[in-house]
Amino acid sequence: MRGVLSDRMGAALLMAPLLLFLVLAYAWPFLGVVKWSFTLPTPGLGQYQALLTDDLVQSVFIRTLRIAAIVTVVSVAAAYAITVVWVRGSPAQRLVAEFCILVPFWISVLTRAFGWVALLSNRGLINTWLQSIGFISEPLALVRNEFGVIVGMTHFLIPFAVFPLASAMRSLDDRVLLAARGLGSSRMRTFWTVFVPMTRSGIIGSALIVFVFSLGFFVTPAILGGGRSVMIAELIYLRIFQSPDWGLGAAISVVLVLFVGALMALLFRYVRPKQLI
Amino acid sequence: MPTYRPGPVSLILAVLVALFLLMPLLAVIPVSLTPSRMLAMPNGELSLRHYRSLIEDPRWLQSILLSIRIGIVSSAISTVLALCFSLGVWMFQPRFTAALVGFVLLPMVVPPVVSAITLYFLLTSVSGFSSFFGYDTWLGVAMAHSVMTVPFATVLILVSLSQLDRRIDLAARGLGASVWERATRVIMPNIKFGIITAALLSFVLSWEEIGVTLFITSVNAITLPRLMWMGLRDNIDPAIAALSVILIIITVLVLAVRSVVTRQR
Repeated sequence: MRGVLSDRMGAALLMAPLLLFLVLAYAWPFLGVVKWSFTLPTPGLGQYQALLTDDLVQSVFIRTLRIAAIVTVVSVAAAYAITVVWVRGSPAQRLVAEFCILVPFWISVLTRAFGWVALLSNRGLINTWLQSIGFISEPLALVRNEFGVIVGMTHFLIPFAVFPLASAMRSLDDRVLLAARGLGSSRMRTFWTVFVPMTRSGIIGSALIVFVFSLGFFVTPAILGGGRSVMIAELIYLRIFQSPDWGLGAAISVVLVLFVGALMALLFRYVRPKQLI
Repeated sequence: MPTYRPGPVSLILAVLVALFLLMPLLAVIPVSLTPSRMLAMPNGELSLRHYRSLIEDPRWLQSILLSIRIGIVSSAISTVLALCFSLGVWMFQPRFTAALVGFVLLPMVVPPVVSAITLYFLLTSVSGFSSFFGYDTWLGVAMAHSVMTVPFATVLILVSLSQLDRRIDLAARGLGASVWERATRVIMPNIKFGIITAALLSFVLSWEEIGVTLFITSVNAITLPRLMWMGLRDNIDPAIAALSVILIIITVLVLAVRSVVTRQR
């Protein structure tokens, strides 16, 4: 009896500091944000009504969903291509692929966004080069628009899309693939009818991760969109700091959390958490 | 035994993706060597002036020192909290463990911008009571960063605990070791790599944190990413290219050392 009691005490003592810290520094202020959404500037559901009627908010939501969808398809496809080599290539190929995945992964989002500015801006590498060979006379608008945002976000999210795919491809039984080849199936056919279907859980997992990440993305769209291709996260920032309308910013945040929560619930229905690591 | 290797089409596609991934990292190198004051490609002539301005302009050095200080403090807070919590989970396996761990992981899964507005609310509320701890103070930033990094530290420590043999702890317990002795002399030495990794990861995440930092700082607590952000939004300062080149080189070196070390083990 004494042992059970002290066990409980021990667990409580060890776990309490972090739980208390997060309740005070995260859960409580989040409830404060929820309160803002119902009370600022006037008490009531006004902010949520505005979400449904405000044209600007609507267009930002639609743009965010569109960009997130495009980025998800492109990132997962690109990640698939490099993951195949990372997991199934020769030792040398694996090493190179790992380097190309991990170096960008560990470099900060700001440096990576800046790299795209250096490539895509009017006086950047691509425009300077195209002009010097006489291919174009005026610089192409590659940045400060939706194109730049999609390129930058895809670049940021490919490494995140790689990990669930890699775990799905690692757990795949070689003998099934060799059997398909042995029975006379071509390389292409084996890939599309055996390999891809068997990595389905990885594809779903990585698509949902990329989609969820892109919905709340802030830094890359703000830099590469140049204020012209505003996404939800930047809209929240602008509502808090530029046109102080804290209630609307808070209401958008609450809707974003609920939406992401619903998507995560969907994710865990189809994919067990272990398959994601 | 024959294995299933990627064919030529796969290899070509993978090379294209690899080039896409490396392209922006390589593009900053020529920009960092431009003699121009603005973002431009060097026109025949190379210059190190932007590297020099990193050393000569005190703002860069100040923000680097501030980022290091915030990184160390927030990494210490989040590693200690995560370690205690994970030890509690592993040693006592209390009820509702899954729900409690899920709660701890929230800052990792909630969209960063929502965490940012939440921490903005927290620090502006605290600012009313104290001037050195709250909005736009280094202690406030360190605390906010701990909130953001503690889920990652917890995951890493829980993973290394899950690989530990429970019988070691049972033996210590059977021989009469107290909870404190079991934790500090039996369990912690066995997961020390996990603890060190958690502390390093927390530091790195704090060092490059920008989403939350942008919401909770204005003029005083200018961390390195915050300063880079300011240089990126207004007139693009090529000193950022020089700084980026240095950060990329450090990352490549660390990854190279790590891969050599793990290959030797």
